[in-house]
Amino acid sequence: MTDELSLTAKKRRIGDKIMYALIYISSAFSVLLLVGIIAYVIVKGIRQVNFSFLTTVTSALKGTIGIAGNIVNTLMIVIITMLVATPIGVGAAIYLNEYAKPGKLVNLIEFATETLSGIPSILFGLFGYMFFGQTLGLGYSILTGSLTMVLMVLPLVTRNTQEALKTVPDSYRHGAVGLGAGKWYTIRTILLPSAMPGIITGVILAVGRIVGESAALLLTAGSGKALPKSVAQIFDKIFQSGGTLTTQLYLSATAEGDFSTAFGIALVLLVLVFAINMATKSMAAKFDVTRKK
Amino acid sequence: MNRKAKTNATESTAKYIFTLCAVIAIFAVCSITVYMIAKGTPALGKVGVLELLFGTEWMPTAADPKYGIFFIILSSVFGTAASVLIGVPIALLTAVFLTDISNKKLAAVVQPAVELLAAIPSVIYGLLGSMILNPIMYKLEKIIFANSTSHQFTGGSNMMSAIIVLAIMILPTVVNVSVSSIRSVSNSMRAASLALGASRIQTIFKVVIPAAKSGITTGVVLGIGRALGEAMAINMVAGGAVNMPLPFNSVRFLTTQLVSEMGYSTGVHRQVLFTVGLVLFVFIMAINLILQKLRKKAIDND
Repeated sequence: MTDELSLTAKKRRIGDKIMYALIYISSAFSVLLLVGIIAYVIVKGIRQVNFSFLTTVTSALKGTIGIAGNIVNTLMIVIITMLVATPIGVGAAIYLNEYAKPGKLVNLIEFATETLSGIPSILFGLFGYMFFGQTLGLGYSILTGSLTMVLMVLPLVTRNTQEALKTVPDSYRHGAVGLGAGKWYTIRTILLPSAMPGIITGVILAVGRIVGESAALLLTAGSGKALPKSVAQIFDKIFQSGGTLTTQLYLSATAEGDFSTAFGIALVLLVLVFAINMATKSMAAKFDVTRKK
Repeated sequence: MNRKAKTNATESTAKYIFTLCAVIAIFAVCSITVYMIAKGTPALGKVGVLELLFGTEWMPTAADPKYGIFFIILSSVFGTAASVLIGVPIALLTAVFLTDISNKKLAAVVQPAVELLAAIPSVIYGLLGSMILNPIMYKLEKIIFANSTSHQFTGGSNMMSAIIVLAIMILPTVVNVSVSSIRSVSNSMRAASLALGASRIQTIFKVVIPAAKSGITTGVVLGIGRALGEAMAINMVAGGAVNMPLPFNSVRFLTTQLVSEMGYSTGVHRQVLFTVGLVLFVFIMAINLILQKLRKKAIDND
């Protein structure tokens, strides 16, 4: 009897040990993978990244290899997208949180936001190409790309603003109304400032999404890499094709077969997305502090 | 009086503007749906529903073009299924590690690592896959098919590479959702199980995970959606020919078909690509609906 008990106990211990081992291996996998990816990209990309790589445009005539045009394109798409998406996203969140009464319209809006966040980027690209590019006649351009990205990042901004608004205590709202403030005045002077960290977190997350996005932009913004030389050219550029860093990485690694440029861009991208990730984290930490008050 | 009217006007304008902002999401989803259907259906009529969806020959630029996308659909389904089968167990074990096994110090290493993996752009996964995975696959291919006469050598750009890349890419999604649902399992359940003499491992796998089942399912479905919709990374590692989805075949997915052929296609070829987009859209909408059902169920259960 006792023998039997100790036998099953032993069996159990072995099974447990195997599971422990698997759990540790799985967890180590993520860490090793990340370290491996970073190390590989640094080793392969570091020689490529220097001042002229970041400030010139690839040109066979001048004999330069550079990604300045792609950096400018990425920046322009980020700025235009956020200029459009932030007000809409924040506005939608304000409506959902401050004005709407639970009902069909709210359910529909929540459903639509949820659906938008579930659609893969390649389909946004296809839609952006068909609607903004063809129907509205914008073609392959920075503007087409930006408008497409607006749809993609809208749920992120809305969701984060909503979360932030939810944490603003109702006593603030009651206090403001009690003092005779109108709803819009309350939103402008009390709710939005209190929700600011959450809104900024959403915006930073959205910027990260845009910087890392490739499929949707390849189909909408094209692959141009010219660098604008004057303010007028910057405005012209909005309506011209412009490849982002990710698009250029893809083209370098496939059609152009230029892997050193690809790894140079990969390194720049890694630095960018990790910096954005850290910025989000520090924002979130700040957000927590205001919540505890 | 005048001032009051002015405030009222501002108030109602503000309300209208906010409502408009909120309705844009509905408008976007509707127009995406309308466009996908309007652009995706004409080819079904021109080529024939059966021939298009269940045809196995893809020769869009031949003199007598063939537009069968059956293998493309199959590749997407098999690739997604296989990557989920590989990725989910690893993700689940990692989630368990973070919630129930690890001390704070180790968790402070693993958790950010998972988050950063999610932040890496998909083109970088594709680049690394094509530089690291594909050569390994080519070596394997040369060994396995050494005596085969019918196998078309791919240089390592194959289904297996795509599956591995996808499995890695869905990892963070599944880990994050699982972690939050396992964390929400109350500690009294763990305590009760341990007090009855169950070991920690038994508690985790027989009590905690079943209790967190609905959250984990949501994570898995989210992972399926991500894998199905991923385009750039697998486009760089899976090769460029439409084939049966066998591990060592070069394959095209619904997504990669769009990435690689939208640029140069014209006429019926382009319309067929829109149909490919429509098929992907239908899959994704089905997954979205399942997700929303799951979430509703989770809320009802609370």
